[in-house]
Amino acid sequence: MKNRRELLKLAALGGGAVYLSGLAGQAVAAAPKAAATPYEDFYFVQLSDSHWGFSGAPNPDAANTLKKAVAAVNALPEPPEFIVFTGDLTHTTDDPAERRRRMAEFRDIVSALKVKQVRFMPGEHDASLDRGAAYKEFFGETFYAFDHKGVHFIAVDNVSDPGARIGDEQLAWMKADLAKRPADSPIVVLTHRPLFDLEPKWDWATRDGAQAVDILMQYPKVTVFYGHIHQEHHHMTGHIAHHSAKSLIFPLPAPGSQPARTPLPWDPAQPNRGLGFREVEAEPDTANYRIREFGVARA
Amino acid sequence: MQPHNRRDWMQRALALGAAPFLFTAARSVPAQTGEAQVVKIVAQRFHYTPGEFRVKAGRPVILEFTSIDFVHGFNMPDLKVRADLPPGFVTRVPLPIAKPGTYDFVCDNFCGDQHEEMHGRMIVQA
Repeated sequence: MKNRRELLKLAALGGGAVYLSGLAGQAVAAAPKAAATPYEDFYFVQLSDSHWGFSGAPNPDAANTLKKAVAAVNALPEPPEFIVFTGDLTHTTDDPAERRRRMAEFRDIVSALKVKQVRFMPGEHDASLDRGAAYKEFFGETFYAFDHKGVHFIAVDNVSDPGARIGDEQLAWMKADLAKRPADSPIVVLTHRPLFDLEPKWDWATRDGAQAVDILMQYPKVTVFYGHIHQEHHHMTGHIAHHSAKSLIFPLPAPGSQPARTPLPWDPAQPNRGLGFREVEAEPDTANYRIREFGVARA
Repeated sequence: MQPHNRRDWMQRALALGAAPFLFTAARSVPAQTGEAQVVKIVAQRFHYTPGEFRVKAGRPVILEFTSIDFVHGFNMPDLKVRADLPPGFVTRVPLPIAKPGTYDFVCDNFCGDQHEEMHGRMIVQA
């Protein structure tokens, strides 16, 4: 992976679409517990907000966009070690049978991904109307944790409650889960809504997100990847970096840039404008995460 | 199932996390409610009616919501006021006296396919 890291550094120097997140300049030797852990670079892919089942003018090609993204990920020259899908897998519907039909179709489409380790999370479109019941039938628990090569990942559910609350129970679980880790462990939080008040007038927030951030602030190496806002966005709360991903259905306007959060109009000359996915190169020894954005039609 | 009485309503509101609002609201009800400007608003998937209204600056404002079909939310971030709007009841939401300007509000309880379009605006005139 060393070559891959060097390649990404060169891309950054050359003005490529690489975003560096983390604790720049922190040396391995400066992290006491890191020295005891054999860290190894790896990379994963983040996909988000496919809204399978949506139809409408903002994306006349909605029936194909997710499939194009799957093909684009499969065409990456080096496969990621795993893929995360940060919510709104499907577009909401009041009909429980239709909701399940959409989830089944989504699952079938993403089963074509060559990389079989895929971690799912719900968005409010998947889970808010039935508090995650259908989602759990297809994709399992709505919040969980896992480890990969020295990085601790936590998937936080801030959507099963229609009021966008994580809730006391999950917050307590999160606190207890983190308490088991060395304080300087690299931690990546995966979630759907922003944990901070990005634009409350557009409901771009998590009602008790500040409590989650308070817990995370006690740890020096935390980075958050999320979805929901259908665009790339980068924000710091203290030392914690928050990175939102593009969607796979339609782009939304920049936070607060217009009166309403209506989708950007579809442009037939650029049918995939604003859509895409990202790869994240994790450097656990320094808690740096290099982000590269890709369009859905890259394949 | 709809809540049947005030106790049920309170329990539901508390379950939805509205406790801070409820007790703050109780303190901030204008003493001279006769001077307050009362605006009646219907909340229904996926809009408020009226979606835009005007009030005079310098006088208290009380919003009276009737929700038809869902526990919609009301969130006006610029005035730091939010409430849950359970159906079957009139929910009174006192607002702090605001300077002239435009104040947007949004439903912040996800209510379905066009939830993202459920928002409104209060215009405070000098």
